[in-house]
Amino acid sequence: MGYEDKELKWVGTRQIRPDGVDKVTGRANFGADLNLPGMLTGKILRSPHPHAKIVSINTDKAAALPGVKAIVTGADMPEMPSEMAQAGEGAVNFRYLSNNIMAHDKVLYDGHPVAAVAAISDAVANEALSLIEVEYEVLPHVIDVEESMKPDAPVLHDTIFTAGVEPKPEKPSNVVMRVQMGFGDPDAGYEKSDVVIERNYTTQPVHQGYIEPHAAVVEWTENDECRIWCSSQGQFMVRTFTAKLLDLELAQVRVTPAEIGGGFGGKTTIYLEPVAALLSRKSHRPVRMVMSRDEVFRATGPTSGTAMRVKIGATRDGKIQGAEAELKYQAGAYPGSPVAPGCMTAFAPYALENVKTVGYDVVVNRPLSASYRAPGAPMASFAVESAIDELAQELGMDPIDLRLKNAAKEGTQAPYGPKFKSIGYIETLEAAKAHPNYNIPLGPNQGRGVASGFWFNIGMQSSATVNVAEDGTVCVISGNPDIGGSRASLAMMAAEVLGVDYNKVKIIVGDTASIGYNDVTGGSRVTFATGMAIIQAAEDVVQQLRERAAMTWDIGVDAVVWEDGFARPASANAGDFKPLSLADIAAKAGRTGGPINGKAAINARGAGAGFGTHICDVEVDPDTGHVTVLRYTAVQDAGKAIHPGYVEGQMQGGVAQGVGWALNEEYIYGEDGRLQNPGFLDYRMPVASDLPMIDTVIVEVPNPAHPFGVRGVGEVPIVPPLGATANAVSHAIGKRMTDLPLSPPAIVSALDS
Amino acid sequence: MPNLARREEEQGSKMSGFQFEAPASVDEAVGVLANAAGNVRVLAGGTDLLVQLRAGIVKPDLVVDIKRIDELNTIRQESDGSFLIGAAVCGQAISENDALHKTWPGVVEAMDLIGSTQVQGRASLGGNLCNASPAADSVPGIVAAGAVCIVAGPNGRREVPVEEIPTAPGKTSLAKGEFVVAIKLPPRPAHSGDAYLRMIPRTEMDIAIVGAGVNLTLDDQGVCTAARVALGAVAPTVLLVKDAGAALVGTKVDEAALTKLAAAASAACNPIDDKRGTIEYRKKVAGVLAQRAAKIALERAGSN
Amino acid sequence: MAKFHVTATVNGEEVEYLCDPQQTMLDVLRDELNLTGTKEGCSSGDCGACSVILDGRLVCSCLALGAELDGAKIETIEGMAEGDELHPLQQKFLEEAALQCGFCTPGFLVAAKNLLERNPDPTETEVRYWLAGNLCRCTGYDKIIRSVLDVAAEMRGS
Repeated sequence: MGYEDKELKWVGTRQIRPDGVDKVTGRANFGADLNLPGMLTGKILRSPHPHAKIVSINTDKAAALPGVKAIVTGADMPEMPSEMAQAGEGAVNFRYLSNNIMAHDKVLYDGHPVAAVAAISDAVANEALSLIEVEYEVLPHVIDVEESMKPDAPVLHDTIFTAGVEPKPEKPSNVVMRVQMGFGDPDAGYEKSDVVIERNYTTQPVHQGYIEPHAAVVEWTENDECRIWCSSQGQFMVRTFTAKLLDLELAQVRVTPAEIGGGFGGKTTIYLEPVAALLSRKSHRPVRMVMSRDEVFRATGPTSGTAMRVKIGATRDGKIQGAEAELKYQAGAYPGSPVAPGCMTAFAPYALENVKTVGYDVVVNRPLSASYRAPGAPMASFAVESAIDELAQELGMDPIDLRLKNAAKEGTQAPYGPKFKSIGYIETLEAAKAHPNYNIPLGPNQGRGVASGFWFNIGMQSSATVNVAEDGTVCVISGNPDIGGSRASLAMMAAEVLGVDYNKVKIIVGDTASIGYNDVTGGSRVTFATGMAIIQAAEDVVQQLRERAAMTWDIGVDAVVWEDGFARPASANAGDFKPLSLADIAAKAGRTGGPINGKAAINARGAGAGFGTHICDVEVDPDTGHVTVLRYTAVQDAGKAIHPGYVEGQMQGGVAQGVGWALNEEYIYGEDGRLQNPGFLDYRMPVASDLPMIDTVIVEVPNPAHPFGVRGVGEVPIVPPLGATANAVSHAIGKRMTDLPLSPPAIVSALDS
Repeated sequence: MPNLARREEEQGSKMSGFQFEAPASVDEAVGVLANAAGNVRVLAGGTDLLVQLRAGIVKPDLVVDIKRIDELNTIRQESDGSFLIGAAVCGQAISENDALHKTWPGVVEAMDLIGSTQVQGRASLGGNLCNASPAADSVPGIVAAGAVCIVAGPNGRREVPVEEIPTAPGKTSLAKGEFVVAIKLPPRPAHSGDAYLRMIPRTEMDIAIVGAGVNLTLDDQGVCTAARVALGAVAPTVLLVKDAGAALVGTKVDEAALTKLAAAASAACNPIDDKRGTIEYRKKVAGVLAQRAAKIALERAGSN
Repeated sequence: MAKFHVTATVNGEEVEYLCDPQQTMLDVLRDELNLTGTKEGCSSGDCGACSVILDGRLVCSCLALGAELDGAKIETIEGMAEGDELHPLQQKFLEEAALQCGFCTPGFLVAAKNLLERNPDPTETEVRYWLAGNLCRCTGYDKIIRSVLDVAAEMRGS
């Protein structure tokens, strides 16, 4: 059912979020806020070495310390088979996940957990950690992706043999797999080209940087139920992963989502829950574990650092004839970098005849990478959009015109295979070109950069319940943690379908026992897919309301319509009845068949592809290399903005993260393989004074697969900023900058070279 | 109540930690410090000390909070025009002192650059000096100003040039039982001015990659008669670069003098490559910032 | 080791607590006084999620010891609304979608309130620098800064 032709009352407006007052008054409960009777503190002992064999762990002294109630090591974790299983946002190898959460025989990065304690206080827990004796046999380590690919590099896993190459390798390698995609013949394209750009690019690993550290409270009850309260991007993901790693039945684990203090993909996996569960089972008490910021940086997932090569050729008219990219992504300690989506998205904005992307997933002695907002896309996009910008320079073309000349549109075959359905890329380019920002004159040492970006967006599984209360108010249960205002947009869609006041719709995020399965809050799927489930559940309610009215009036259900929150006779022929409101029908539900509850469980298809185009203006101090972002404009096709305020917020937040990635954020390792900047002091995320206002333009090219036309919006906005910022800096200083971050020393060094 | 049960258990445990004292007078503080056994840390604003405690970088047996001593919390201008800034006065209070700000804008701005608004509500000049970080923002400012410390100890009080307090990263020349009571800024001569600039990658919240403080005095003809230049984050301690100051003396602080100043500043650097900056970068930017700070100081000197 | 007995005023009410010397003000607020609206994001003074007002000055509660606070006057996010009446900043943050996850929000609100009490007419640059010690990873700061400027204008007008 489509709503595009209807006049919308709630969708497209800026309502106050249902959970808002609790969040501005400090009442909302996040992961670390729950306090249970008898609760213990759990803490983790972590490896100081980037690569070592664990020879022995002696916990006797720690166990003897008064106040220590339980100790866990890798020996307490069930052995997991090494096999891929479908879970969370993608495929997971539970052996790797288990080993990452608690090292079994080897530590693979600085910060890798080796043991955990539960004690009566932080101080006792800390002292207990200092009493655990771990004997390590230190091994040579490798941090850099290209070093790790060399044949003589220290091997992290002797069970990994490069997949996707012929003949099948006989020696284990840090190269987990090679992927290739594309079509046509790029070399033939270059033959035809007048200009060919070929460059190498690098990016450093960056962290999602959510302000709330990972936190979980687990109580293993005496009924053998594992009860978890935690902050995550999916209570069902936590349930699946925890149950699997501890060899439990799913129904034995009940996960209640706390409010989540940012995730950006980094909380689509788990670190603490199984450990806290084991500590609770051993101690017979609830256990709370909260990471320190240092632990968050050292041991939770940054996204991959990369080494990339891009080659693009075009004829004088600006038509791209051939394009290729080679992408080498750091996976961290275990396989699983987002190199495949990097390959898929790199050239997605362009209609190409000859395109090839090759990717390598490479393990290194760093923390296991985790999803980060459009996983894999921003780095590849940085390389491609930099090359496109250079191509425009060489051709003497306006960079937006060059993109328009080659822009993907409905029917274009994407480099990863399928043909795009209705998309709004060209509309974003046109809106960017028309934006005042694009024509403001620039001064000395200033530069303007443009870049575009693409993200698939996903649908996947969602369940929703809409319960009508006797007084006509409505309770919606969603199964997705609300990470950025989704309760508001979901409730607005329910109100729209039901025709009731938004303020009469209450919405909660249910625990794993009170709502059907939902995939994670990720992939920009919640407003699209869970929204669709809630729309269907609300439509289910509407159907029931019509049936109840029909019963009351003793006419056929087809003779009843639902309009603006009232059941009305479909026409004069149906009879003359006073319209019944939702409240009227709800009040009599007991006499017309019982409670009115709507349900939907779907696997949503047709998440509309998302595109954005960004403009960044910078000024560079040529003597110090300091970069000031003067102006920034983000244009994006949102399909339909349910709550424009939160759509703008997603765009602005993505821009800030992308600008940080481009300018100053990076993981810095010493020669010893230890992380040197595990804190917000030297891991330099943008602060309020680093950024200007971020102008947003929402383009709405409806997604035909969604009743209101929604496309996912959360991930696209982090894709273009790396390229836009780097292009701006390159123009400001007159040198092409190919290595991120563009820190002041890097810029001065480029200027002086 | 479970919380009470938890507390009883804690009292029975062998928890490691430190003792805490908050003396109410300088003499009492000297007594506590002089008689303390083991590792002792003085707590002023705490914005460095608490981070170090949390990270386990320092493990003191005793922490002595000096903020309850009135003298350490006051700013006083003497009749000769000098300023006494209590060692624990927070940065925000320093910025709020109009007379101080007007007289020593470079010193006040340097202090104000330390950390966030939140840090300014706690961090002190005395703490920033005694933390002995080579990158301390306030220190090049007070070194350029020619400030001295009032140090109290078991043998009474002594005055020490501020540049003699830090001896190495995290180390000071203070003897057991001693602590800094106040920082004294000298009387401000006519036609003199100061300035401090630092380079950080962001606009706030970073540790300086390079810092440069300049304080200079002109005669009635606009010829520089005295100049002190201090650099931060380019050596194990904040440097007083005499050659850089000398480059300005006897000149009208023209381009040629500023070029010599920059060269002397760069040449004096003995930096390291680290996560914040490279050797080459620090050397170059030390000259750039010294020059820019000198220009601001010159402008200020010309207007008083 | 003996605990410290501290008497302080929190959100206008006198409170007494016992704390260990190594407990920070943040630990005391959250664990001893159950005021969990003040958040821990880094415990190194770099994120501002634990911002409170201590004797009229904005501070990070992770950078003070609980033992230091005898006689202190402390204001936290829990004291910002007056009864049922939200502070204009709280209301504006809701109306303008100036929060996404909401974790940094208490710190931003406390910091912004302290700014407007000191400077009722701040420029955009002044607001940005005042709030530079409060990290937000969700919003890109835009809507937060606008909200503070809007509230300042409204409060001046009223």
